[in-house]
Amino acid sequence: MDWPALWLSLHLAGWTVVLLLPVAVFLGRFMAFHRFAGKGVVEALVILPLVLPPTVLGFYLLVAFGAESPVGQLWQGAFGGPLVFSFEGLVAASVLFNLPFAVQPAQRGFEAVPREVREAAACCGMAPLTALWRVELPLAWPGVLTGMVLTFAHVLGEFGIVLMVGGAIPGETRTVAISIYDRVQAFDMAGAAQMSAVLLAISLVTIAVTFRLSARAGRRLS
Amino acid sequence: MTLEVAVSSGAPIPLDVAFQVEAGELLALVGPSGAGKSTLLRAIAGLWQPDQGRVAVGGETWLDTARGTRLPTHRRRLGVVFQSYALFPQMTALANVMAAGADETRARAVLELVHLGGLEARRPAELSGGQQQRVAVARALARDPAVLLLDEPFSAVDRGTREGLYAEIERLRAHLNMPVVLVTHDMEEARRLADRIVVIDRGQVLRDGPTEDILFDPRALRGMGLREAGATLTARIDGQEGDGLTRLRSAGGPLWLPRISGTPGDLVRVRIMAHDVMLARRRPEAISALNVIPGVIESLLPGDGPGALVTLTVGDEVLLARITQRSVQAMGLAVGQSCFALVKSMAVARHQVGREDP
Repeated sequence: MDWPALWLSLHLAGWTVVLLLPVAVFLGRFMAFHRFAGKGVVEALVILPLVLPPTVLGFYLLVAFGAESPVGQLWQGAFGGPLVFSFEGLVAASVLFNLPFAVQPAQRGFEAVPREVREAAACCGMAPLTALWRVELPLAWPGVLTGMVLTFAHVLGEFGIVLMVGGAIPGETRTVAISIYDRVQAFDMAGAAQMSAVLLAISLVTIAVTFRLSARAGRRLS
Repeated sequence: MTLEVAVSSGAPIPLDVAFQVEAGELLALVGPSGAGKSTLLRAIAGLWQPDQGRVAVGGETWLDTARGTRLPTHRRRLGVVFQSYALFPQMTALANVMAAGADETRARAVLELVHLGGLEARRPAELSGGQQQRVAVARALARDPAVLLLDEPFSAVDRGTREGLYAEIERLRAHLNMPVVLVTHDMEEARRLADRIVVIDRGQVLRDGPTEDILFDPRALRGMGLREAGATLTARIDGQEGDGLTRLRSAGGPLWLPRISGTPGDLVRVRIMAHDVMLARRRPEAISALNVIPGVIESLLPGDGPGALVTLTVGDEVLLARITQRSVQAMGLAVGQSCFALVKSMAVARHQVGREDP
């Protein structure tokens, strides 16, 4: 059992969730409540990581984050290390490829808040942020939380992008999914089985939590 | 504290309307659906921005497109009752009222005022339609608004509950010392509640005047759709009869209507549509209409088309009849004449009978 890899994966998933939560809330809310020119394009871009092969996305991110790229150079200048093949690079990639998993359910959650209820909040004298906290989030949270749970589970299982952007540096970028692959390559089927079982258990819990939340959301808003 | 509204816009519907509402006055904006009534209300609330317009309350300007002033909705001191009530479903009745900025003492007092004492801990889903409506009214009043806006607030409840809510609003009027704007397409509602009526048609003011003037003005009625013209008689249940009819006592004598549940002595309001009323100079015999109501012609108003609207005084109430101008000529009808109104029992649908709160 590669405990550092599991620890690294949980760490990565945790950071991704923390960084994506505000993005999901504000982007999901914006997409749910506003109609604007180019909304279809923005929605398509958010969904893109869902349909793009992970290695393709990984390749583009590798190029975009590389030492020759503006982003890579900016990072190098600011923090003194490369963005690719580092934990920070993995987090950045992770945030990007989980956008659809986090934003889409949040958007659905906010869409379920009736327009008149939102307007009533303003008519009660609530400023937009107060209304978000007191009226919208209490109604939309099952969607937001579903997105976070999906994101967390998805990070643990992602293979292609992590390998492309991060490589497999032990303790830095070797996540549990990559560790399983390495174990199999080394004919350590027992180690691979152990870690696979852990990931299977986490996935089952994720599905159970997601189902319960959506059932609850359905009851609340019916 | 006067509410001044002037709005003109090209979209979503062409709109060019101006009116004022005095403090303590209840103004009804009526008109067919799509006339722009709700859009006007949204402009007052700041939920919609017209191309050009000015909204001011007392000395405070909420909107002035000429000067670029636009106060966001949450900074306008207003109370709104929405068509769907728009209560916050996750909050109790008390929390809903407190969400409008009232402290607990004030919130409880306002809930008491709308007769919801004891139901403070219920969530909207645990309240009836009428009770939810009362919570919405309490929430709108809780912050002591400078303007109260009611957007078809009674359209989602059945006619019986509506009667109770009208009575509630009439009783609350003593506490409503701010300008009140009611949007409705129901003439009966405007008649019951409004001091003044502004008739809106295709984005223009068709008529603006005291309720009693507008109510019997055929031009205004046409703006609202003449089919809506009608009057209400109050009556008491006299007895239930074996053939499925209920006998009522009214100012115009006995009435027979399809079964109305209730016990003798119960007060009900019967809405009789103008197009369901026939007139006769003499009391007719051997006709199928069971209800023959004697009255005196109070006014005769020819419309632009073939029709005319006749107002009959029946005791201290009125009945409206929509007949042809040809009939007016042929019968020689004139103001001050007595005549008989004939109403088919079966023409009065169950939803046109409302119960008065005891």
